[in-house]
Amino acid sequence: MNANAGNLEVLESALLADIAASADEQAIEAVRIAALGKKGSVSELLKTLGAMTAEERQVQGPAINGLKNRVTEALAARKAELKNAAVAARLVAETVDVTLPVRQSPAERGRIHPISQVVDEIAAIFGDMGFAIAEGPDIETDHYNFTALNFPVGHPAREMHDTFFLQAAEGNEARLLRTHTSPVQIRTMEVQKPPIRIVIPGKTYRMDSDATHTPMFHQLEGLVIDRTANVANMRWVLEEFCKAFFEVPSLKMRFRPSFFPFTEPSLEVDIQCDRSRPGEVRFGEGNDWMEILGCGMVHPNVLRAGGLDPDEYQGFAWGMGIDRIAMLKYGMPDLRAFFDADVRWLSHYGFRPLDMPTLFGGLST
Amino acid sequence: MKFTLSWLKDHLETDATLDEIVERLTSIGLEVEAVDDKAALKPFVIAKVLTAAKHPDADKLQVLSVDIGSGAPVQVVCGAPNARAGLIGAFAAPGTYVPGIDVTLSVGKIRGVESHGMMCSERELELSDEHNGIIDLPQDAPVGTSFAAYAHLDDPVIEINLTPNHPEATGVYGIARDLAASGLGKLKTAPVEPVAGKGATPVKVRIEAPDLCRVFALRLVRNVKNGPSPKWLQQRLMAIGLRPINALVDMTNYITFDRGRPLHVFDAAKVAGDLVVRRGKEGESVLALDGRTYAVTSDMCVIADDNGVESIAGVMGGEHSGCDENTKDVLIEAAVWEPLTVARTGRTLGIITDARYRNERGIDPVFNSPGIELATRMVMDLCGGEPAEVEVSGETGFTPKVVSFPVSEVKRLTGIEVPKAESLDILTRLGFVVKGDGDVVEVAVPSWRPDVDGKADLVEEVMRIHGVDEIRQQPLSSHGVVNGKILTTLQIRTRAAKRALAVRGMMEAVTWSFIPAKHAELFGGGQKHLKLANPIAAEMSDMRPSLLPGLVAAAQRNADRGFSDVALFEVSGTYEGDTPETQRRVAAGVRRGTAKLDGSGRHWAGNAQGVGVFDAKADALAVLEACGAPVDRLQIETGAPSWYHPGRSGVIKLGPKVVLGHFGEFHPTALEVLDASGPLCGFEVFVDAIPEPKAKPTCTKPKLELSAFQAVKRDFAFVVDKTVEAGTLTRAALAADKKLITGVSVFDVFEGAALGAGKKSIAIEISIQPVEKTLTDEDFEALAKRVVENVAKQTGGVLRT
Repeated sequence: MNANAGNLEVLESALLADIAASADEQAIEAVRIAALGKKGSVSELLKTLGAMTAEERQVQGPAINGLKNRVTEALAARKAELKNAAVAARLVAETVDVTLPVRQSPAERGRIHPISQVVDEIAAIFGDMGFAIAEGPDIETDHYNFTALNFPVGHPAREMHDTFFLQAAEGNEARLLRTHTSPVQIRTMEVQKPPIRIVIPGKTYRMDSDATHTPMFHQLEGLVIDRTANVANMRWVLEEFCKAFFEVPSLKMRFRPSFFPFTEPSLEVDIQCDRSRPGEVRFGEGNDWMEILGCGMVHPNVLRAGGLDPDEYQGFAWGMGIDRIAMLKYGMPDLRAFFDADVRWLSHYGFRPLDMPTLFGGLST
Repeated sequence: MKFTLSWLKDHLETDATLDEIVERLTSIGLEVEAVDDKAALKPFVIAKVLTAAKHPDADKLQVLSVDIGSGAPVQVVCGAPNARAGLIGAFAAPGTYVPGIDVTLSVGKIRGVESHGMMCSERELELSDEHNGIIDLPQDAPVGTSFAAYAHLDDPVIEINLTPNHPEATGVYGIARDLAASGLGKLKTAPVEPVAGKGATPVKVRIEAPDLCRVFALRLVRNVKNGPSPKWLQQRLMAIGLRPINALVDMTNYITFDRGRPLHVFDAAKVAGDLVVRRGKEGESVLALDGRTYAVTSDMCVIADDNGVESIAGVMGGEHSGCDENTKDVLIEAAVWEPLTVARTGRTLGIITDARYRNERGIDPVFNSPGIELATRMVMDLCGGEPAEVEVSGETGFTPKVVSFPVSEVKRLTGIEVPKAESLDILTRLGFVVKGDGDVVEVAVPSWRPDVDGKADLVEEVMRIHGVDEIRQQPLSSHGVVNGKILTTLQIRTRAAKRALAVRGMMEAVTWSFIPAKHAELFGGGQKHLKLANPIAAEMSDMRPSLLPGLVAAAQRNADRGFSDVALFEVSGTYEGDTPETQRRVAAGVRRGTAKLDGSGRHWAGNAQGVGVFDAKADALAVLEACGAPVDRLQIETGAPSWYHPGRSGVIKLGPKVVLGHFGEFHPTALEVLDASGPLCGFEVFVDAIPEPKAKPTCTKPKLELSAFQAVKRDFAFVVDKTVEAGTLTRAALAADKKLITGVSVFDVFEGAALGAGKKSIAIEISIQPVEKTLTDEDFEALAKRVVENVAKQTGGVLRT
């Protein structure tokens, strides 16, 4: 084959046209083999260089090699173009409607009951003050629930408690459902020497049912016993607790003398609040007082019942409704709904499982 | 306890305002529950009818022109028959709320004539039931001034919520003494002068139950004239919510509230023979003053005459011997009863009276005689008559309790520094008698404070009068170290179980500890000693042996409300017995409908299927894992309790004995008893049965060894008998080479005719981690052979080809 400039031009434009016309990788490979393969048209031209004179080669060499390079480039460019087109087509084909909803994560759906959450909040606060959490049984004896707590047999104060009794087993004294968490005071004193600093959350029971009373409810008891704990310390503990719990920088509290068989002196505590907005209570402001807890110095007879000498040890105790402070803080209007397990209520008033109350992260945030 | 401000001022000389008094009462422990300052009556003014003309369009109405003391007369349409020119009455202008008809007045037209207000009847002002005409005042009533002030109706009423330890404050006098002791005025202490009697009281008293009656005083007053009591007395009684009856009865009520000294009056003509104070006898009954008949028992104290029981001691008098307007000779009784008996009697009979309220708190025994003298004086003032001498039976003396009081106790218990002199002065003002001047003084407790027993009680007296507000807060001594863990293992696990289940999309319920008897019995409970003697409702009768009945019922309630896909859990107590040791801590949950872990209901990417045994199993294992149970050592077996579906349930065990939980779908019979429908599955995990974690000497985790060789997977499928459990097969595969095989998972289970009757295929994927070298084909073959052989040995399974 005689290579001249005219032939080369014809071949080049034919090859470039074939490359441009290649619609897929197969076609372009065929063009490549036809041009650059062992017996390809360009390869054949290159073979002719060997037989040429030096002068001829000086002219034809660059011309043929130039052709080869241009064809090679064109092949690569077309290949890339085709690959991009294929990717683009695939992406179009794979396109979905991203507005379609995904399933909610289980952790988003699950809920912790407000009572559990508030108990965790309480544990966070009192843990910081050096208290431990104590517990005791729901089914109690008369001794632990009343007698040891200085409720004399037949005393009208027992009647204030509207006690649930269990049917007596053969030959046994009838047990009862504890009416307060205070029996755990005695149970703790029996096994632990002072200093004692505990809070006792738990279920309690009284025969009562309306919007603010249910036959089962939850109480938080607190007990501090050492050689010096006094009313002034009690004020500090309770005021610090209420501020931390209601998450306000300051809070006025009113301590009023009152009566409980198991404390002497006894006090009831009101907290300052603002109830002027319907359906909402704000703490730390306003002119209303709301009763929130009862407290006092542990009665000498109770210390004795727990095996302690009231002239050596002294201390204070308090009790408050967990459900009640939960209602006050989070605004549930009806206590009965706490125990109904209505998923709409749980979803609304419940807490997300990973919202764990800590002091460093804020209790409710 | 209710009283009015003017009544208080009968006993307390004070310039304090109502607000000051109210605040002080609360701060000294007499919590003010309500104050009615009678503001509702303030708008009513005294007005005079100038003219009265017939209404043009109504026979029974008149058109009045009324002088209200300011500006021009106003026109009022009035239907009262006694409305007439010259009448002076009580007028309400438009805008006034009239309590008796519960209406706020506006200018209205009555049969075409405008009416600019209203002349009121006593009933409209809630003063009495009188409604035959409008209020008709004397001619000297000052027109234009406040009607309430004129009629002494503006006396504020204070109600205090009395704690059981203040019997002295059941009388206005005792309240005045407390206020005076707190520095808010001076107590008026006029002694009660005895009234000389003529001759002995002819009716004698015999106390046959001295343990129930400490002292009994009786006095006859002859020739009284009983009738309505005077207006001032009626007004005071009405102000505190009592209905005036007649002078004798009103007198007893007045002294009850004035002095906390309940009294009873008998019509002497109706008393047969002498009076006996004794226990009631079975079969006896008495028609009481409330018109009801009460059966008395030997636990109660009664006053009887020859006719039988005349009065329930300390609680309520009898109708038969009661006083009415025909009473001529009256017997006045003042007695001190045993408080607990009064309380029990009142409770048993369901009688709440002002007498019981005081008698069960304890009556001042020293005031018994002055009480009857005061009553005599009042009877004579109101009804005339001639008193006989007082007949007293029982114990007349009184020995006060004496408490040794180290004055330093005030500081020790309260943290406040009250000067010794002030502490003792407070006690003295409250009626305590202090002897000695050392660090420890002897304090005699007054007869009206039976609740005061020891030094802590005296501290309370000093504290409440000195002022609780004086006590400044004082931090507890700091513990000086960073706080350690404060929760017990059980508390930590309870908390972890809750969070773990909530993370699985379940909602935490808190259900009642008591459930219906048939539910309790179904779950192995219902024993007599776990049944409530006094349940609040029939379906809340038995302590729950399991959390599941309450949760299933809760799921069903939600379904009935239209929410059928619910996942609920609870971590709480169940009661196997009535001792502290038999109260268990259990985590339990139920899933209903399609409430799967990934979501419920229909979804474009695939609908959720009905829940089943494996959803419950996954929940149970998640709880165990969260609680730190050794999950890799647990055994899953069949044989769950009877409330589960026997073929779709399991038991989770640790070793042969320790049962950590159950899971599964429910037995159809159980669902029938629970009145619930499925799909439904549930689980119970006994959190308290999980062994305590071993104490570790270090927090360092074991060294991590990472193999440099590629991990590989190989699949095997075995044909086994249908009864072979997958767990046995995977354990066998795992055991084939404990060093190289790091995991076995089941990826397919199927049954088909091709496998033969009673057979199934289980396909497993084995994860292999070479540790020393890359495995050769020969190594893999040898390993596969060991797997097949071990599976065959343990299960009889053959490799599927």
